Amino acid sequence: MGEYLAILFGAIFIYNFVLTRFLGICPFLGVSKRVETSVGMSAAVVFVMVMASIITWLIQSYILEPYGLQYLRTIAFILVIASLVQFVEMVIQKVSPSLYEGLGVFLPLITTNCAVLGMAILNIQEQYNILQSIVHAIGAAIGFAIAMVILAGIRERLELATLSKYYKGASVALIAAGILSVAFQGFAGMM
Amino acid sequence: MIPAIVSLGGLGLLFGGVLAFASKKFAVYVDPQIEAIRDALPGANCGACGFAGCANFSDAVAAGEAGLADCTPGGADVAAKVADILGMPKPEEGVKVIAQVNCIGFGDIASDSFVYDGILDCTAANAFFDGFKECKYGCLGLGTCAVICPFDAITMKDGKPIIDPELCKACKKCVDDCPRGVISMVHYNPEAYAVLCNSQDKGKQTKAVCQVGCIGDGRCVKVCEYDAMTFEKGKLTKIFPEKCTACGKCAEKCPRNCIVVPSQI
Repeated sequence: MGEYLAILFGAIFIYNFVLTRFLGICPFLGVSKRVETSVGMSAAVVFVMVMASIITWLIQSYILEPYGLQYLRTIAFILVIASLVQFVEMVIQKVSPSLYEGLGVFLPLITTNCAVLGMAILNIQEQYNILQSIVHAIGAAIGFAIAMVILAGIRERLELATLSKYYKGASVALIAAGILSVAFQGFAGMM
Repeated sequence: MIPAIVSLGGLGLLFGGVLAFASKKFAVYVDPQIEAIRDALPGANCGACGFAGCANFSDAVAAGEAGLADCTPGGADVAAKVADILGMPKPEEGVKVIAQVNCIGFGDIASDSFVYDGILDCTAANAFFDGFKECKYGCLGLGTCAVICPFDAITMKDGKPIIDPELCKACKKCVDDCPRGVISMVHYNPEAYAVLCNSQDKGKQTKAVCQVGCIGDGRCVKVCEYDAMTFEKGKLTKIFPEKCTACGKCAEKCPRNCIVVPSQI
């Protein structure tokens, strides 16, 4: 039990995917203008990461490892993630149009989200079993969500702040993200 | 070599098959008319039609729940295209309506009651003791309307909002979002005069706080020969742009200089 908690909190705080490992920076800056959309994106990431962690683990253990094909890992995993996102999008559109409208824009964005691929590859590197992989995926996704929502909250407030025009928009968002990252480095002391 | 080709090819085939199956199994029927309408709309998602966005409006029009000409930004062009797509008769061309800021008391012309040093946004400034101006009805000039305008029709020039009649699509976003309620939609007539004062105060009070505030004594209405003005006690004096012939007699008579041609500010 303790081991699972360590993986979960490690992925959320100490090795935060966005702020410590610097994975998934594109949606982190692109979709963090409003808290509402960042929550939508995060929900989609949680879902896709958990699904992807299960399927990539199965492929790694039952197809790639037995035949000594580890060098095909990256391309196989990209294939998995892209088809999975497509499939999930179709199912959601049919089953729950309202959820589709909420997530719809963000789902295709995840196809090329390196945080998902990074999570899958880290699972293999750390030699997690399937349960550990799922817990790691949940932690990674929650960490991504926390970083997104915090930055979106900061940017919503920055919209109203009086800034010099050279700071407005992307530059001040990058500065805020940098400071946030420095703050998260402090969690390294937890372990 | 062979296991690599087989496994990766197999995976690709499997996923491709699953996706092909899913696209048939989970296909959602989209009315081609709705897509055609969506393409014809301006796509600004301004909300002038009363729906959340262009997509919702196109659904509603196709279902007959919204009028063909309800998209004011699109105007007659879009209404005609939508009518074409749905095979309905074209709606008649309506009159052009644009937004107008009913205040010219900018800067020192209308006195301030305190020095405001907060967020430079009209809504925030208005929430702080009803704004920093003595007049509680006038434009604060911080440009919330210019930020909100989805068509970039409003620009701030020396603290004055200037509306470009070409770009204004009458979506009413600025009317709804102006915390002072100083913007209204008017019939577009570039020559017409207008009483640019929004003050509901008594004449004496208006005179005390603003050099160009309407005091509502009605002498302008009396000289109008075209019945283009209304004046009632306790209400704002107004000029109907569609009736105004731009003779300028009311402006000559006005002791407060608040009757001007908006396009010439």
